[in-house]
Amino acid sequence: MPATGPPRAPHERMNRPKLGVFKFASCDGCQLSILNLEDDLLAVSETLDIAYFPEASSDMREGPYDIALVEGSITTPEDLHRIVSVRERAKVLMTIGACATAGGIQALRNWSDVEAFKQAVYPSPQYIQSLSTSTPISEHVRVDFELWGCPIEKTQLMRVLIDLFAGVQPKLPTHSLCLDCKRRGMVCVLVTKGEPCMGPVTRTGCGVICPSLGRDCYGCFGPSEGAPQGEAFPPNTSSLATQFHHGLQLIPAEVLRRFRGINGYVAPFRKESQTWESRIEETTP
Amino acid sequence: MSEPQRQTRTIKIDTIARVEGEGALRVTVKNGLVDDVELRIFEPPRFFEAFLQGRHYEELPDIVARICGICPVAYQMSAVHAVESIFGVQVTGALRDLRRLLYCGEWVESHALHVYMLQAPDFLGYESGIAMAKDHAHVVTRGLRIKKAGNALMALLGGRSVHPVSVRVGGFSRAPTRRELNGLTDELLWARDAAVETVRWVAGFHFPDLDPGYTCVALQPRDEYPFNHGLLASSDGLKIPGDEFELHFSETQVAYSTALHCTLHGKRYFVGPLARINLNADRLTPLARAALDGTGVSLPLRNPFHSIIARSVEILFALEESLRLIAQYEPPPAPVEDYQVRPGVGMACTEAPRGILYHRYRVDADGIVREAKIVPPTSQNQGRIEEDLRVFLPHVLDLPDQAAALACERVIRCYDPCISCSTHFLNLEIHREDDAS
Ligand code: SF4
Ligand code: SF4
Repeated sequence: MPATGPPRAPHERMNRPKLGVFKFASCDGCQLSILNLEDDLLAVSETLDIAYFPEASSDMREGPYDIALVEGSITTPEDLHRIVSVRERAKVLMTIGACATAGGIQALRNWSDVEAFKQAVYPSPQYIQSLSTSTPISEHVRVDFELWGCPIEKTQLMRVLIDLFAGVQPKLPTHSLCLDCKRRGMVCVLVTKGEPCMGPVTRTGCGVICPSLGRDCYGCFGPSEGAPQGEAFPPNTSSLATQFHHGLQLIPAEVLRRFRGINGYVAPFRKESQTWESRIEETTP
Repeated sequence: MSEPQRQTRTIKIDTIARVEGEGALRVTVKNGLVDDVELRIFEPPRFFEAFLQGRHYEELPDIVARICGICPVAYQMSAVHAVESIFGVQVTGALRDLRRLLYCGEWVESHALHVYMLQAPDFLGYESGIAMAKDHAHVVTRGLRIKKAGNALMALLGGRSVHPVSVRVGGFSRAPTRRELNGLTDELLWARDAAVETVRWVAGFHFPDLDPGYTCVALQPRDEYPFNHGLLASSDGLKIPGDEFELHFSETQVAYSTALHCTLHGKRYFVGPLARINLNADRLTPLARAALDGTGVSLPLRNPFHSIIARSVEILFALEESLRLIAQYEPPPAPVEDYQVRPGVGMACTEAPRGILYHRYRVDADGIVREAKIVPPTSQNQGRIEEDLRVFLPHVLDLPDQAAALACERVIRCYDPCISCSTHFLNLEIHREDDAS
């Protein structure tokens, strides 16, 4: 609404698909990945009409939008309403990043007492409006496409946008990071260094960053999927967890923390962490 | 126009753009005078300090990075420095240089984004850097390329620019080779020259008058410009080690904001590029110092609108510094220093692009974090922003509501506030309770 620049001629706004970028509870990192398109940013802005992207522009229009990119998870009563309104105004709604797609790191609250959290952080917790959970967008409205990563990978984003605007259902690889690590001929950090690498159960897409820097993957791209007959097929988290425990001698609390991280609330990781949590409970008097 | 007795008038903008995070501004005007200014940050709280409890210290860099996508390195650095102070680790030599280098990357990337895409459009009358590119393609392309050079540094050292993965307690998970670093030199040289142009460019902007009178606070090392070392200094003569932060600075909660307000000896103060330059101008690298002097502004800088100059000078400094660090780089014998885990409490301050960032952790004998406290720059500047607006508002109260609101947004943007510790709706409401005139 409050545009400081000269008004744009109406014809400039016509015909180009309208893009909206929305933020909920998040770190802004996925939105920054859009601005990090640097070389392509101006070209993108020629092709798309950036109708709503407060982080980048004070030209903010109500919609409707051809595509809404949503960053961040739902953590406040107000945001519960706001996401519905975004959905109503968007033809295609795509989540960007672990927060929007899996609840994000802030979903660690889902296993805790948020009232106690508020008291730990705020001297006057009664002023703080917050839900007891952090949940992914798909728990509240229909989501057309989910882009994983914490943060998302910008070339993946470009590819998906191009597909969407060509009217094609986007498709990105969902196999495990391990496969790409092997393809690149990298030394396995799990086998050779005994690091509790999450690569075997983590979705590819980052470019195998952590193992190439000599460290373990911590699962920031979320769970991998196999797809026999097109069905989503969860990764074998229990086998990896058992390997961490028996092979690498991680105690159950450590195995639990491995799965309860950036994407801890997404089903396969959540179930695995809960399995280990109940083990700990069984063994503690 | 005649108004009824003490009518409350509300001026509202729905969203303040081109800042990181979500908040609102509420201004009350009574009898034509500014009565109350509340910068309300209602970014949903994410409770980092709470859920860091029970995590292992090795996980800190990966977790705290997620507090802010714009300055993850600052979070990682404050965290590892704090933990290193518990374990008694000294990170020196090439590893220390690599940390400075990673910091250079973050400053260049973050400052270039702010200067070119977020703040410059205010001075030239555009709604965004993207819109500005229609008339100033050359300038915007230059800004994006400088930013990219910063990102390239971060990606080389940390794997990627948002949430790098290589920072560890004691050093890095991998140190780059000389050859890899040298591969960046040409682009950094280009960016350095472009940064000289940037300083010249922004110095030519028209700056609204504003002199709110600041107490500046920044790290002040003995013989270098600060990133992650130095005493904590103020323009009023405070000089303390960073780990004494909490003896002098305290946070209070205000009802209207999810961000805590931080004060120094009970008073509001100012952190960020302008504060850093004021306290450390003689520690700048030669080109950066010359560029600052060439702008004609005199030190100390007192106008918040000059922060765009300070930020541009710091881009130049960071590029000059990174070229120096790369030229003298000899790979360390190991990417990480040896250390023993031991229990204790550790604190550290480093200079995020937006100002000092303080962390404190208590870690037990198993390396599990038992307590965490984080004070980000925006919570320190929040009170200062309100004070600025108090001084600034009388100049714009005669303007129509929307223009007054926009002028306020411009002041807020000077701070590059990162409300990511929050969301993007800054509502400005001006309540006018005016006597009938
Ligand atoms: S997914 Fe990660 S990078 Fe993206 S907004 Fe959330 S915390 Fe930030
Ligand atoms: S290797 Fe794993 S943790 Fe590292 S960036 Fe890739 S997906 Fe994320």
